[in-house]
Amino acid sequence: MAELNLVQAINLALAQEMEADERVVVLGEDVGLNGGVFRVTEGLQEKFGADRVADTPLAESGIMGSAIGLAMAGMRPVPEIQFEGFMGPAYDQLVNHAARYRTRTRGAITIPMTVRVPVGGGIHAPELHSDSPEAIYAHHPGLKVVMPSTPHDAKGLLISAIRDPDPVVYFEPKRVYRSFKEEVPEEEYTIPIGEAKVISEGDDITVVTWGAPVFQCLDAMDNLPEDLSVELIDLRTIFPIDIDTIAQSVEKTGRCVIVHEAPRTCGMGAELSALIQERCFLHLEAPVQRVTGFDTVMPYYKLELDYLPESPRIQKGILECTSY
Amino acid sequence: MPQRTVYQTTIEHLQILDEDAKLDTKLAKDTLTDEEVRDLFEKMVIYRHFDEVGFKLQRSGRMGTYPQNKGQEAAALGSGYAAKKGTDFLVPCYRENAALFLHGLPMHNILLHWMGDERGNQIPDGVHMTPLSIPIGTQMLHAAGIAWAFKIRQEPRCVITYFGDGATSEGDFHEAMNFAGTLQAPCVFFCQNNQWAISVPRESQTASETIAQKALGYGMPTTQVDGNDMFAVFKATREALDRARAGGGPSFIEAVTYRLADHTTADDARRYRDTEELEAWQAKDPIIRHRKYLESKGLWDDEKQAETEARAKKIVQEVVKAAEGIDKPNFEDIFDYTFAEIPESISRQRDTGRTSSLGQNPDQIGLQAESQRV
Repeated sequence: MAELNLVQAINLALAQEMEADERVVVLGEDVGLNGGVFRVTEGLQEKFGADRVADTPLAESGIMGSAIGLAMAGMRPVPEIQFEGFMGPAYDQLVNHAARYRTRTRGAITIPMTVRVPVGGGIHAPELHSDSPEAIYAHHPGLKVVMPSTPHDAKGLLISAIRDPDPVVYFEPKRVYRSFKEEVPEEEYTIPIGEAKVISEGDDITVVTWGAPVFQCLDAMDNLPEDLSVELIDLRTIFPIDIDTIAQSVEKTGRCVIVHEAPRTCGMGAELSALIQERCFLHLEAPVQRVTGFDTVMPYYKLELDYLPESPRIQKGILECTSY
Repeated sequence: MPQRTVYQTTIEHLQILDEDAKLDTKLAKDTLTDEEVRDLFEKMVIYRHFDEVGFKLQRSGRMGTYPQNKGQEAAALGSGYAAKKGTDFLVPCYRENAALFLHGLPMHNILLHWMGDERGNQIPDGVHMTPLSIPIGTQMLHAAGIAWAFKIRQEPRCVITYFGDGATSEGDFHEAMNFAGTLQAPCVFFCQNNQWAISVPRESQTASETIAQKALGYGMPTTQVDGNDMFAVFKATREALDRARAGGGPSFIEAVTYRLADHTTADDARRYRDTEELEAWQAKDPIIRHRKYLESKGLWDDEKQAETEARAKKIVQEVVKAAEGIDKPNFEDIFDYTFAEIPESISRQRDTGRTSSLGQNPDQIGLQAESQRV
C-alpha cells in the first residue's frame, strides 16, 4: 500500500476509473497538459489522450453544460471547476439542468456526472479562491454533495461518485491537498455516498464536521481537559445526510457542536441542527451549537484565519456546550 | 438575385513601431511625440521593476500569489495614455497595472491587494476605475453598465475595459459586447491577447482566426494592433475613444502581446510552453523596442537607463514600505463593511467573535459576559 496525499489519491482514483470504464472523461481548464492547477489530473492526458482528458476553453458554463451533454450521450464526465469561486457561471447549468433532468423526464434522461471542485480557505489564496459553498448545492434537490477529508476517503468516495447514476458535486478541501499522507490501497474500493465516519468515539459530546475543519477539531480536542470524552464525526457526504450515525451519537452524548467553514446562516449546521432536534429532542442536554464561518464575505487572506473556525474557537464551543 | 453576399469585412492589423524599432512616420503622425514616448518609457521601466519586485515579494513569502504583467506594458500604457485621466473610467482585470498607475492608482494598492488586504481595493477619490477583478471575464459587463450610465447622463466620458484572450470564451464577454452594441454605450473593449490562458494557448482557446473578429457579431468597429507597440496601441485606442465620445458607440481592440512570465507565481509555464516560443517573444519585449527607438532619437542612453533604474528602485522601495508598513486590518472590518447598516445577528458575531449561541450569550451558561473573543 502506498502512502498518498489527497491530490495523489484523487489522481489514482481518476486513473483507475478511466482505465476501467472508457466512458469516463475528464474536462476542464488546464486539466490536460498542465495536469490541473493543483496537479490533481497530472499524467492523465498523457495516459488517456486529449479526447478523454480535455483542456477546455476558459468557460465554466461551457464546461458544465457540455459535461451534461456528454452524460446524456452515454459518457461519464468528470468536469473540473478550477476553484469554488468560479462555480458562478456554471451554476445555471448544474442547478437548472443537471439537477433536474431525472425528475423532469421522469427518469428518461439522467446525468451521471461528477463535478470536481477545490474548496475552502486557509491557504493564503487570492479572492474567490477560499469559499465554502457546499450548502448551496446541498439545498438543490437532485444533487449529491460530498467532501472527503482524507486520502483514503477521497479515493473511495470519488469512485462511488463516478459510478453514481446521478450528478455528484465532489468538493476537495484545498487545505488538506498536501497536508499529510496516509496509506491508500492500490486496488479499487468504494466508500458509499451518504455514510458519515466516526473518527474518534466519545461519551460526553458529539462534534460533527467535514473537510479541512476535521483537523482543526482534532487539534482542539488535543487541548481539551483529559476527562472530556469527545465523539468526532466526519460527515464526508454533505447530501444525502447520514443522520442515523449522528443521531446515534447524540443520543449517547446529549450534546453536539457542528463545525464548518461556510457562513453560519443557512449553512449545513442549520440543517443538521434541525435534524438533531427532530431526532434527539428528549436526549439533548444543551442547545446544539454551531462554530462556523461568520455571516460575512470571506475576507482576503490577512484575516482568513480570524474568519475560519480555528482550533481555539472550536475548543471554546465544545467547552461551553459541555458546561451548559 | 437569389443568393448574394450580405456581409463582408476585413480585419486590419496595425503596427507603427516594428520589432526593430523602425517607425512608420506616416502612421505615427499625430500619435505620440518623442517626449511623450520618453515619459511613457520611463514609466515602463519603473513599472517593470515594480512587477519584478512583486514576483520577489511572493517568492520570499512577503506576498501571496501575484500575476506578473511583464511584457504587456506597452499595451497597458498606450491604451491608458489614450484615455482621459480623471474623466474616463477603467475597468481592469489584473494584467494592466501600468494603465491603472497612469490613471492615478497608488502603486502600493496593487501590492496590498495581493498581500490579502481589501484596502488595496480602495480607489482614491478622483481616480476612476474599478478594483482588480479576479473571476475571468465578468467585469466587462460592469464596463457596459458604467458606459450606459454615462450615455444616459450625457456625460462626455468613456469606459475602457481590459481582459485577456481566455476571457473571450466566457459567456459574460459576449453578453457585455452585445449590451454595449445594442445600447451604443461609450465603451472600448481592450483585449490583451497574451497568447496563453494559464496553460491553454490562444489557438486552443478559440477556433476564430483572430480575437478581433469576435466583435463583428456585435456590430462594433474592431481592429487588431501590435500590443507591444505603444504608437499603434495609442492610435487605435484614441480613435475608439474619440468615436465613443462622439456618440459612435463601442469598439473592440485586440492587442497582440505576450505573457512573458508565468500565469501567476503559483504557475510554472515551463510545464506547457516551449522555450523557443518564449525566447522569440522576449526579443519583442516592449522595453527593448521602445528603448531602441528613443536611442535612435538621441533621447535615451545607458546613463539615462541607469538613472531611471535607480529611480525605479527608490520608488518601488517606498511602495513596498507603504504596503508592508500598514497595520493589520481590524477583525471588525470583516463585519462592518457587510452592509451600510449591520443586522443585529452580524454585529453580535462581531462583538463576541463567535457564531455559537452559547458563546454569544455567556449568561445562558452562567459565564461572565466578558469578551469571549478568541
